[in-house]
Amino acid sequence: MRPILLSLFPSSASNLAPAVDHIYFALLILCGGVASLIAVVALYFCIRYRQGSKADRTPAQGGPLKLELTWTIIPFFIFLALFFWAANVFFGMSRPPGNATEIYVVGKQWMWKMQHPDGRREINELHLPVGQPVRLIMTSQDVIHDFFVPAFRNKQDVVPGRYTSEWFTPTKPGKYHLFCSQYCGTDHSLMVGWVYVMEPAEHAKWLAGQPAPDSLIATGERAFRTRGCSGCHAPNATLRAPLLDGIYGKQVPLADSTLITADDQYLRDSILLPNKQLTAGYQPIMPTYQGQISEEELNAIIAYLKSLGNEGEDKRER
Amino acid sequence: MSAATLPVRFEHQFDDPAQQRHAATLGMWIFLATEILFFGAMFLGYTAYRVYYPQAFAEASRHTLIAFGATNTAVLLISSTVMAFAVGAAGRNKSRPLATLLFVAAALGATFLVIKGFEYSREIHEGLLPGRHFRIDVADRMHAEMFFYIYWVVTGVHALHVTIGVILIAFFGFRAWFTDAFRDHDTPIELLGLYWHFVDIVWVFLFPLLYMIDRHTS
Amino acid sequence: MTAQTSATSHLSPFPSHAPSPSYLSVRHTISSWLLTTDHKRIALLYMASITLFFFVGGAAATLMRLELLTPQGDLVTSETYNKLFTIHGVVMVWFFLIPSIPTVLGNFLLPMMIGARDVAFPKLNLVSWYLFMAGGACAVFSILTGGVDTGWTFYTPYSSTYANGHVIAMATGIFIAGFGSIATGLNFIVTTHTMRAPGMTWLRLPLFVWSLYTTSIILVLATPVLAITLALMALERAFGVGIFNPALGGDPLLFQHLFWFYSHPAVYIMILPGMGVVSELIPCFARKPIFGYHFIAYASVAIGVLGFLVWGHHMFVSSQSVYAGMIFSVLSFMVAIPSAIKVFNWTATLYKGSISFHTPMYYALGFVGLFTIGGLTGLFLAALAVDVHVHDTYFVIAHFHYIMVGGMVMAYLGGLHFWFPKISGRMYPEWIAKLAAVTIFAGFNLTFFPQFILGYLGMPRRYHVYAPEFQVLNVLSTAGASILALGYILPLIYLSWSWRYGRIAGPNPWRATGLEWTTASPPPKDNFETTPIVTEPPYQYDARAPELEPA
Repeated sequence: MRPILLSLFPSSASNLAPAVDHIYFALLILCGGVASLIAVVALYFCIRYRQGSKADRTPAQGGPLKLELTWTIIPFFIFLALFFWAANVFFGMSRPPGNATEIYVVGKQWMWKMQHPDGRREINELHLPVGQPVRLIMTSQDVIHDFFVPAFRNKQDVVPGRYTSEWFTPTKPGKYHLFCSQYCGTDHSLMVGWVYVMEPAEHAKWLAGQPAPDSLIATGERAFRTRGCSGCHAPNATLRAPLLDGIYGKQVPLADSTLITADDQYLRDSILLPNKQLTAGYQPIMPTYQGQISEEELNAIIAYLKSLGNEGEDKRER
Repeated sequence: MSAATLPVRFEHQFDDPAQQRHAATLGMWIFLATEILFFGAMFLGYTAYRVYYPQAFAEASRHTLIAFGATNTAVLLISSTVMAFAVGAAGRNKSRPLATLLFVAAALGATFLVIKGFEYSREIHEGLLPGRHFRIDVADRMHAEMFFYIYWVVTGVHALHVTIGVILIAFFGFRAWFTDAFRDHDTPIELLGLYWHFVDIVWVFLFPLLYMIDRHTS
Repeated sequence: MTAQTSATSHLSPFPSHAPSPSYLSVRHTISSWLLTTDHKRIALLYMASITLFFFVGGAAATLMRLELLTPQGDLVTSETYNKLFTIHGVVMVWFFLIPSIPTVLGNFLLPMMIGARDVAFPKLNLVSWYLFMAGGACAVFSILTGGVDTGWTFYTPYSSTYANGHVIAMATGIFIAGFGSIATGLNFIVTTHTMRAPGMTWLRLPLFVWSLYTTSIILVLATPVLAITLALMALERAFGVGIFNPALGGDPLLFQHLFWFYSHPAVYIMILPGMGVVSELIPCFARKPIFGYHFIAYASVAIGVLGFLVWGHHMFVSSQSVYAGMIFSVLSFMVAIPSAIKVFNWTATLYKGSISFHTPMYYALGFVGLFTIGGLTGLFLAALAVDVHVHDTYFVIAHFHYIMVGGMVMAYLGGLHFWFPKISGRMYPEWIAKLAAVTIFAGFNLTFFPQFILGYLGMPRRYHVYAPEFQVLNVLSTAGASILALGYILPLIYLSWSWRYGRIAGPNPWRATGLEWTTASPPPKDNFETTPIVTEPPYQYDARAPELEPA
């Protein structure tokens, strides 16, 4: 016979989990206390002041104002405190540390495709070393999905046409559920997988057991040439196009004389919708790549463009 | 009010004509508030995408036929003015002038629709109807198509409102001509006027938003 | 109000010394029902229709709960399961909850409570019902010809491109029914403003009228946004052009903003009338004026206003900006304050009362308990970091069922039992009614409390197949659902029976205040023989003389 599985609390396996759980427990105590208080008071009144009882029913003196103000103002301050606490943790969730490993995730009906920086791909599985911060850069090929690992207490919608991201640092080795939690069609409930958090040594062993593919950057560089990007975006090109060395994170002046930070979303838009944010001083001559390039290839090109910034001068010769 | 001395009609749930008038007027204003929210969602969509893609919207806007739009603005504004006179005539219990003014207002409304019809057919002919046959010569075709999608939806919904207005105004015109339904009972005309001015005001916003984006730079 | 002289000047079809026949017995033909403009008969038309829709939505829920007995998908296919929860959501939200209290109890009572002969626009009132039924027919057509699997939220681009079934027919149904809602809201606002009897000032209005008034404002301002949003979604699906699909250059979040701009206020459409009902029941059975009348009335308005500003809390993880999330979070906490005020005031009303426990009071106390839990768990969802974890899980399902079912359905049933003697002229057997109330309360908690735990464990909503460790809690939930289903069938049976065979109730069996109780039961067609004149605030009960009938 299958053992009866009953769990009442999810496992905590990321740096975010304790912070979220603390708020949760505080809310549980507060709300449980308030609910019990109301129940006890109401029950007491119901018994003491039941019809026919001998209780004193002389109407209380004075208006309700004092009482009303009390139970308006006290909740107000409690709520403000709760807001700041939870918002603070939330803000941290949206700010990944600089040393986070960037993993690209593509959702499609009904599977998850992950790609590590070294080019390794996984489907519906993700192997991570414990203690290393991870930032997921996610997009969808079709409808909205949502990358949810309950043990990490984090989730984020995965939206077609844009990048979204979430980050966490796994803190406890184990095997954890990955769910799609935004309804996405027939097999929504089968769009699930596992996240394996491993000790670094074990993770290295797992890595060694996998065939080593080209790194994401190398794939991106190849695509950069085969797709013809280098024909214009290279120093010796005949057509004038912006040089992309060190582009990532830079402030780019646009034709409408505003500045924009070149982040993942900007790079993506510039490839798919080149005329949306035209760089100042250049003509709108770049063709759109919308619908001609897969999400994975796009991710590789963006990873390559980001590497151009990091490695500086020596890349320029290529 | 002189209602106390005249035989007045009012529905059984009301106590007197003043109450009925109050109720009807309030009802109309609430209906118009609903309409504002109805159009408001479309204006929100327009605003969002115009902010995202100003270039595409400006270029697409130059493909609209501004002569049609400008003429129609004038037609509708005049119709609205005539309607204002009609409301005045109703207040003074002048049935024949009231009917005449209503017919003029309705005819101008119908003129608007005819002009809009010619404009639509020109646009379909030029391939400006979003869908498989959409063609336009701009850099960002996708968002130019979105501009025209919003253009068709919002002007279409507006045209539906104009059509309903024309039918109602003409119907009220016939009633004013052939019966004395509005003798000492001008509330319906006043409410019709409110509706017609609302339709007019929506167009006053649509015209610059759709036809005149960055025209001065071209 | 300008109607002091009207009581005599209005020509009643009946001489005032002979008792008028009741609204039920004026005429008996089918057309006298289908073409009626009497607000009371229209209320009964609505009652019959929403009861039907309630059991359609309930049947879908029952099948879902049966499927969820086991982690594998073994009773129905995934596609069928997805259609079941869509049907359940659409039917329950738009064809039961939103119309429930406003169109049945509201229609019946609003004119009577303010001393009017009817609503301001009786014909429009009938049109509302026909629009509702036309919308319902479209929805039923869509269900019968294969259903829809979008979920009641119709998120794009799924709904506009990939979804299966008759999405457009379903959206059309909601669109049409929406106009029925708008017409009802408009009618109620105008009625409250212009039809009040002499002396019925705003601060003498029963709290049920305040809550209906606020609800109507929300209906009128939010519903058109839903209508146009669904229309745009349907256009996008029909013609492949639109503004929500990223493949067409659109932004799917725009749909979510527009949808929740309606659907969050809609939550208050679904709970405010329930709060209003409870504010009537508690003073009557505690024999005390309600505590903090002004605060409860203004809290309704505050909920209505703030309710329009918190829609973004459905989108904390949608990739909406972090800062927008913070603003929506703090506003969501603020909207909890007026709700809390109401709960505290209801509890305080019991103090020094003379409390009797009839069936409506069972429901009212049940409402206070369940709504408190529903409201407090809303704080978990307003708290940003916690919402990230529980968003789109069973925690959310449990939370809003505590509000919608624990709150609104309990209040609806409570109100139905309270005003049943007025509506039908007869009483129901108390013991079985109390049994049903207790069964519903117990079944409800067993169904939905385990879902809070499931949600924090991380079970996502809308899952046909789920991880085996979630099974025990799901079995508990299904067990509760079967008790709940039984509890819902009971009132249908004994209320139908009592309609014919119940004890004659008399005009005021609860010795309650309120103009509706000054008429015969069931009331005559025009409600009042002479227009009443109001001289005092509502709820003039005296706990020291509980037997006394209020003046």
